[in-house]
Amino acid sequence: MAIKIENLSYVYSVGDAFEKKALDQINLLIPDGQFIGVIGHTGSGKSTLIQHLNGLLRATSGKIFYNDQCIYDENFEMRKLREKVGLVFQYPEHQLFEATVMEDVCFGPKNQGLSETEIKERAAEALRQVGLSEEYYGKSPFELSGGQKRRVAIAGILAMHPEVLVLDEPTAGLDPRGRDEILDQIAKLHRERKITVILVSHSMEDVANYVERIIVMNKGCVTFDGAPREVFQHYRELEQIGLAAPKVTYVTKGLQERGWNIDTMVTTVEEAKNAILDALRS
Amino acid sequence: MIRDITIGQYYPADSVIHRLDPRVKLVATIVYIISLFMFKSWSGYVLATLALLAVIRISKVPLRFMMKGLKSILVLLMITVIFNLFLTPGEPLIQIWKLTITKEGLSTAIFMFFRLIYLIMGSSVLTLTTTPNNLTDGLEKGLSPLKKLHVPVHEIAMMMSIALRFIPILLEETDKIMKAQMARGADFESGGLIQKTKSLIPLLVPLFISAFRRANDLAMAMEARGYRGGEGRTMMKPLIYKRRDKIAYGVMVAYLLVMFGVTRLI
Repeated sequence: MAIKIENLSYVYSVGDAFEKKALDQINLLIPDGQFIGVIGHTGSGKSTLIQHLNGLLRATSGKIFYNDQCIYDENFEMRKLREKVGLVFQYPEHQLFEATVMEDVCFGPKNQGLSETEIKERAAEALRQVGLSEEYYGKSPFELSGGQKRRVAIAGILAMHPEVLVLDEPTAGLDPRGRDEILDQIAKLHRERKITVILVSHSMEDVANYVERIIVMNKGCVTFDGAPREVFQHYRELEQIGLAAPKVTYVTKGLQERGWNIDTMVTTVEEAKNAILDALRS
Repeated sequence: MIRDITIGQYYPADSVIHRLDPRVKLVATIVYIISLFMFKSWSGYVLATLALLAVIRISKVPLRFMMKGLKSILVLLMITVIFNLFLTPGEPLIQIWKLTITKEGLSTAIFMFFRLIYLIMGSSVLTLTTTPNNLTDGLEKGLSPLKKLHVPVHEIAMMMSIALRFIPILLEETDKIMKAQMARGADFESGGLIQKTKSLIPLLVPLFISAFRRANDLAMAMEARGYRGGEGRTMMKPLIYKRRDKIAYGVMVAYLLVMFGVTRLI
């Protein structure tokens, strides 16, 4: 039970002036239940990569296996894959279209062909999970604030009960509070539902606090792949490709350069605090 | 999946045609289209073909790209050919059941076929080698004498340039929303006509909203930068005829003269 990507390449607009290699020989194994961050600069191919995971884009070459089944096999059911791998696009609130919040969240389960009661149950459950109370169910999604709209859109995917949840920049354009709320809720979902979560972002800080594995993309290739603390050790290389390690990594590195005996493998403020305290005590 | 429409899509390349003044290209396109309807002899078509091929060659835009625009007029093309083929009275050539193909019908059908194709390809050369901004600048300047007749030339040009600019954006947006709804299990392909039309609602509603949002944002951004219409507005790159533009006009006149001569003589 996992997603396996083998030698995946994707070329945009093959054969004209706009031809561009977006993905180049990607190999990845995504086991069940992992919380993964995919990081890369604009145009690094991260959005292209995740659109392959539910078959919206078809690879130019290479294969993807979902639970040991190649998704490009002729008898493979793409519809089923799209139910299992829930993809939340960037600015998902732009896809809302129904008259009420409830109806909009019901759109996904309805397409799955579930019974009326089950659809309602799932929608209500999903809305609860993203932290929207019942007073909003009957409102038009266009009356809500930006953060609320985004929750409705995420609920729309959650209601389909995906096994893998992929989110493309779920915090783009939100204020710090809205960002923390959304990320906390995603982390909670990951804990409670035990689903695989793939979080695409260009903010190291966002990702460092939540994920257990980071995949760094640059120019269509996977540059680094590992636990956050390992990946952030390469902060100089990260800077070269337009990214950065979390601020706390720089603080501890700076202290080390000034002769402190300190653990630099920190990614969160909490860990940094402990490392500094330890260093002071010793 | 919806990137087949080339109208309003600029193809970047470094060629003389790309660098020409947009007014020259506009005039040339009109001249070319008029020339297509001026003659009825084979020799004229040979000349028109050669001229078009030469221009495409110089423009460095792949021929395949020019052809893409033809897909959208395929149906129109078929209808024109079939109607002309069967409904032109004259000397019968072949008789199939009640339908007669006449000699005149055949030649009109072939002429119309090439005329339409050249018409689209000729205008594709214009849109593929000229950025939308450039094109409307050319239009505005070219039509500026009409301002004296109180024709809102600037406003028309601005509306056109915004409309053209928005085509690729809205196409991209459509693609994005389509994908987002497909991720939610939407099905745009199967089902009958009613089912298919219904399935467009999740696509069209967000698309309209996004179009209005973008229009609003754009209007705001324009006002924030002091846009108040064309009155007293200057240009960063004013259009001035250069040597190559004058040569192009010369080539155009030569083309017309040769066209006249050839179609009269042969």
